[in-house]
Amino acid sequence: MEVDLGVLVVAILQAAVRSGTPILFVCIGEIYAERSGVLNVGLEGMMLVGAIAGFTAGFTVGNPVVGVIVAAAAGAAFSLIHAFVTITLRADQIVSGLTLTILGTGISGFFGKAMIGQVGPGFDKFAVPGLAKIPVLGTVFFQQDAMVYLSYVVVPIAWWVMYKTHLGLAIRSVGESPATADSLGVSVTRIRYGCVLFGGAMAGVGGAYLSLAYTTMWIEQMSGGRGWITLALVIFAGWNPARAALGAYLFGGADALQLRIQAVGLDIPTYFLMMLPYVLTITILVLASRASLRRRLGAPAALGIPYAREER
Amino acid sequence: MAIRLERRLERSRQLEYLVPVLSVLLSLVVCAFLLLANGNNPLVAYGAMMKEAFGTSYGFAEVLVKATPLILCGLGVMLAFKMLFWNIGAEGQLHMGAWGATAVVMTGWEGSGWLMIPAMMIAGMACGALWALIPAYLKVKLNCNEIITTLLLNYVAILWVAHFIYGPWKDPVSFGFPMTKLFPEGAQLMRFGDSRVHLGFVFALIIALILYLLQEKSRWGFEVAVTGGNPKAAEYAGMSTGRNILLVMIISGGLAGLAGMVEISGIQLKLLKDISPHAAPYGYTAIIIAWLARRNPWGVLLVSILMGGLYVGGETVQITMKLPVNIVLIIQALILFFVLGGDILARYRVVFSRPREALGGG
Repeated sequence: MEVDLGVLVVAILQAAVRSGTPILFVCIGEIYAERSGVLNVGLEGMMLVGAIAGFTAGFTVGNPVVGVIVAAAAGAAFSLIHAFVTITLRADQIVSGLTLTILGTGISGFFGKAMIGQVGPGFDKFAVPGLAKIPVLGTVFFQQDAMVYLSYVVVPIAWWVMYKTHLGLAIRSVGESPATADSLGVSVTRIRYGCVLFGGAMAGVGGAYLSLAYTTMWIEQMSGGRGWITLALVIFAGWNPARAALGAYLFGGADALQLRIQAVGLDIPTYFLMMLPYVLTITILVLASRASLRRRLGAPAALGIPYAREER
Repeated sequence: MAIRLERRLERSRQLEYLVPVLSVLLSLVVCAFLLLANGNNPLVAYGAMMKEAFGTSYGFAEVLVKATPLILCGLGVMLAFKMLFWNIGAEGQLHMGAWGATAVVMTGWEGSGWLMIPAMMIAGMACGALWALIPAYLKVKLNCNEIITTLLLNYVAILWVAHFIYGPWKDPVSFGFPMTKLFPEGAQLMRFGDSRVHLGFVFALIIALILYLLQEKSRWGFEVAVTGGNPKAAEYAGMSTGRNILLVMIISGGLAGLAGMVEISGIQLKLLKDISPHAAPYGYTAIIIAWLARRNPWGVLLVSILMGGLYVGGETVQITMKLPVNIVLIIQALILFFVLGGDILARYRVVFSRPREALGGG
């Protein structure tokens, strides 16, 4: 019995990493966009566009890698709308982001009609030689699919660029004080466009994870609120790419746990279990808000504010 | 060449009205390309949509049916937006309202005839309002981001309703369909003539009038406008932002709850899945309506009826031309994007110029 419990816990942790991975990609992208001062609440829409574009490409070509690349391109192209409307035209970032979600939901549903019921190519799990042999951790982290391994590379790079390079410094300064950054010769517009597009590409990849690895099919509105959950995790992570991994796996754990409890058939109504990831996210957000009230740790100072050089 | 924006001294009046009209036209043009890509003739599709929605009395009655929950939700969302509180949880509040109204029916209480409907209305509004109070309270107490909380609570509310219609409230003779039994006649809202237009539409009109009066003539309406325009000034003037947020959200959630109540009591006549259309949920359309209506209750009315037309037209071409009903959502979103962009034209003059030297600024 004891052995069984151990196996169960490892299986849940392994599933937690899997469930957390799509959110992790999206979270890294949004951290960059927000660090540069642009809030994009259109994550849900960009994920859906990525999911359908990636699935369609992967299905047509028969290769999931092509799918992921197309998903990144589609996500970036889609986020260009938000970048143009909020950076160049200085419109309200929240309204534009909401509209992006609505548009993405509509467009993905429209083009997805033809793909409903199709089974596409997917990423299979494979063990990383050597590392997979480590007890517990090996199974949890190194018996996964290629996209999970990709996230292990993306997170440290994203952290390193943000904190250890000139580019990262420029991004952070544009988000904190665009006027100062501008006076030092940093192009606010270019940095912000770049970060929003990167955010779109990552949201596209996160969406593609859902349609090419987590499942191998397209389901309308399959992101199921993960874009909004990510927005909460960005706050929880304190806009730090490394802490984003912690938040993503925590959410993934809740998701994996509720699925597992459903499968075991414990006497808890299914629909209450399905609420768990959403309720947990709200709880995390409440805790993060309390902490930031106490420590005055907050968002980038210029987050949400359009930059107009002539009006500073 | 670079695009530069120069602030106009005054907002352009003509553009203020021209922008929404042009936005509708432009979004139809963009959507036409999507339809072409899908192998449809956009002119035929648009023609069929218009004719169905605004060309027949049956169609127009259906437009009013769709507009009813949209007006109620749209008014609520607009009120919250006025306070700069981003309530995007109308969808969940609508579901909780429908649930609360159904709970009254499920008690098996027959009421004394006319009491049933008012009891359902109160229960529906109370559930919607309570649901909206959660994010409002978290915002006031902990400055918890309401965009995220209101939205995530939508998912929770929909699952909450699902639990009841798949479980305790499921009609045993529904052949496995997740729905309650048909409401007794006393729990059904009165309809007008042969149409499906019900008393809920009248409620919506009355509430639009009340909100207009509150907004334009009352001290409280003034407080809400000031708080939304400049929260700091409002605090200095002794207005309590926190209390006003709670109040506004009680009303906002209550109205969405009422939308849920009238939808099930006037149209569905039972609680079931998708009380709000899955492809273009009322609660999300309400966000677009509130923004397009420019914070004016009569604007909400007008835009809701136009959006109602889009729903009816969209459903028609879905059946007759096999077009995905998602184009409803696409057109809505495109209109809003064009309005957002177009608003800039009203506030700024667009100047094309060569890039200036860095020192030339400000």
